[in-house]
Amino acid sequence: MSLRLTGAHLQHGNGVHALRGVDLAIAAGERVAIIGPSGAGKSSLLGLLASALQPSAGAVELLGADPWRLKARARQRLRTRIGLIHQAPPLPPRQRVVTAVLAGKLGQWSLGRSLLNLLYPSDIAGAREVLARLDLADKLFAQCQQLSGGQLQRVGIARVLYQAPELLLADEPVSAMDPVLADHTLSVLCRHAETHGATLVASLHAVELALAHFPRIVGVRDGQIAFDRPASEVNQALLDTLYANEQLVSPPLPTVTLNLQIPRC
Amino acid sequence: MLKHPRDPAALPRLLLTLLAVALLWPGIQLAELDLGVLLAADSQSEMGRFVAAFWPPQHDREFLDLLLAATLQTLAIATAGMALALLVAVPAALLASRALSLSAASRGGRPGAFGQALRWPVRGLLIFLRSVPEIVWALLFVRAVGLGPTAGVLAIAITYAGMLGKVYAEIFESVDQRPMHALLQGGSGRLAAFVYGILPNAASELVSYTVYRWECAIRASVVMGFVGAGGLGQQIDLSLRMFAGGEVASMLLTFLLLVLLADGLSRLLRGRLA
Amino acid sequence: MSRLVNLALVAAIVLAVIASFAYLGLDLGALFGAGSLAHMGEYVVRFLQPDLSAGHLAAIGRGALETLAMSALGTLLAAALGLLLALPAAGRFGLLAQSVTRLLLNGLRAIPELVWAALMVLAAGLGPNAGTLALALHTAGVLGRLFAEALENTPKAPAEAIRLQGGSQLAAFCYGTLPNLFPQLLAYSLYRWENNIRMASVLGFVGAGGLGQMLYVSLSLFQEAQASTVILAMLVLVFAVDALSGWTRQRWVRA
Repeated sequence: MSLRLTGAHLQHGNGVHALRGVDLAIAAGERVAIIGPSGAGKSSLLGLLASALQPSAGAVELLGADPWRLKARARQRLRTRIGLIHQAPPLPPRQRVVTAVLAGKLGQWSLGRSLLNLLYPSDIAGAREVLARLDLADKLFAQCQQLSGGQLQRVGIARVLYQAPELLLADEPVSAMDPVLADHTLSVLCRHAETHGATLVASLHAVELALAHFPRIVGVRDGQIAFDRPASEVNQALLDTLYANEQLVSPPLPTVTLNLQIPRC
Repeated sequence: MLKHPRDPAALPRLLLTLLAVALLWPGIQLAELDLGVLLAADSQSEMGRFVAAFWPPQHDREFLDLLLAATLQTLAIATAGMALALLVAVPAALLASRALSLSAASRGGRPGAFGQALRWPVRGLLIFLRSVPEIVWALLFVRAVGLGPTAGVLAIAITYAGMLGKVYAEIFESVDQRPMHALLQGGSGRLAAFVYGILPNAASELVSYTVYRWECAIRASVVMGFVGAGGLGQQIDLSLRMFAGGEVASMLLTFLLLVLLADGLSRLLRGRLA
Repeated sequence: MSRLVNLALVAAIVLAVIASFAYLGLDLGALFGAGSLAHMGEYVVRFLQPDLSAGHLAAIGRGALETLAMSALGTLLAAALGLLLALPAAGRFGLLAQSVTRLLLNGLRAIPELVWAALMVLAAGLGPNAGTLALALHTAGVLGRLFAEALENTPKAPAEAIRLQGGSQLAAFCYGTLPNLFPQLLAYSLYRWENNIRMASVLGFVGAGGLGQMLYVSLSLFQEAQASTVILAMLVLVFAVDALSGWTRQRWVRA
């Protein structure tokens, strides 16, 4: 098992229950999409899987180890094998794209190499290759603040692809891209996961994209798993129940009934 | 297939590093830098013995009276100096500020050529007054009028006249000019238009800056004392020359207390008046 | 009520001003009276013919370079020390370290540069070394506090992301925090360099070398012509550093 959640509860500092009793098991090499309405707990779930958040109850097992029972150093080593694509790319505006991408291997490089990399990028070819897969090779030496939202997201993805982790987690990785670009980028992501035998778990807003690229769909609603099915079994009824009363859905327009007065002569 | 591209930032970085190293070596020579003196604070060295003499700080009755008198003198120098500075700064600021320009009122804020030419000398004078460090003025005045607080008051008056004048002029220009322009175009006199059009908006920033400068003036008064301009600084200089560590320690503590009090008072005044 | 309090405050200030003049026994009449002004006028006139001989200018050139080196090195050392102290002062190493460091920084910056210079002259002897150390110590206090504030206001997300992928604390700082922080650090350091070049000129008064020492000596020997050249050189130096700092700010600290 690549990752397993058993009865995981997550309560944020402000008292909000983000996740309630989540059970999830994902095998190595699987590709899973997480869908659900806003505020359902998708980001919290991914945070749990990335060991960014500690569950308030229940057990987490990532790549065969419980990160919260490990010593700090061992946990950091475990984290080098897990890669999280953040929804808002955590890239300093004045950093160049090449440095931002190469930062993916910081957990695997020695301290000396990490610091020298700041002076002169140590693997320009590697960074270029990853960016080329996402059609960003020409932005190799641009500053992050010169990029658009969609380009910045792709740089965030490039960093994690360069890291080449065993467990790839993606939190809304294509939210700032137009539909065509989003589709293409997801293909790249899935192809990378297949080639490297990595496990891929991605949360997505667009259900069509999820159904098109991922063989297994997990629906999350109100901090609990609503369903966990192969993509072929996900039908409209399931989706309607999942997204019922979703704020983003526009309220049904009130039907206007015209009272025709037909004058009688 | 292209070779992988080279980092375009590499060459400028290398050049900059070489330049920095090339400047660093002669710089260290010129400054005769020797960090070892800070660390060689063992009992043998001059510094070590001197620091040891800091404890206990001098606190006999006679000395404390002297300390109080010196502190009051410093406060008086700063306050009197600021008062004189204001006497010069306010008219100078009014003269130098483009805010009071009649020609600017009808040209959207930019004075005509004649208006600019008239203002330049005043601005230039203000910049000159503040560019020369106040302690240089203090040194000159000590030679001219003798040792004691008079030199300090005059030095602060001149330097701060420059500082206050320039900043006041800038504050006048930074508030919304339209009320002023409207009043001027309506035929009002310059000063009256200023008082009704600019002063209400600028008042709080003016007061805030003035009180902040008063706080700086207190510190400057202490520093000027080192060249004989009276106050706490002159006493510290005397005690340093006599290697009286205990006295220096007391005076430094008093100075720190004074600065703290001035900071508090300044905050209070800025809160209430600004 | 508050108007009354404000009025009372203003009255108190006016009283304080009058009291100051009285306490100092400043006789403004005598000060600005005809005889005294004439005397000062004579003194000023002696400055109006600066000595521009080659020998003196060479000495001034060397003094100016010394002063420039003092200010630049002092600011550089202060920036390094300030950054080092800013990390605990921003709370990165716990509450105790934060309190102790903040106290240290406040102590360093409360004591004026000139007082530090006088102390350093005692420790290190006469000459520019004392001046450089004095500037370094005082400015470290100022920059340390400014850097700590900047550090606290930097977004933490980039550094946390690096930690989340297994990077060390140092790597997270260098790749996540420093790129955001660096322009701010540079801006503060340049601002202090502009201030230090003015102070460096003056530290010579207590024996810390540079143009200040030349000015003090020539004024003490009543050589006003030489002194006025030194003052001119000080003004040129201040102007040059302001210009250089402005250019660097334009180039490297773009928002």
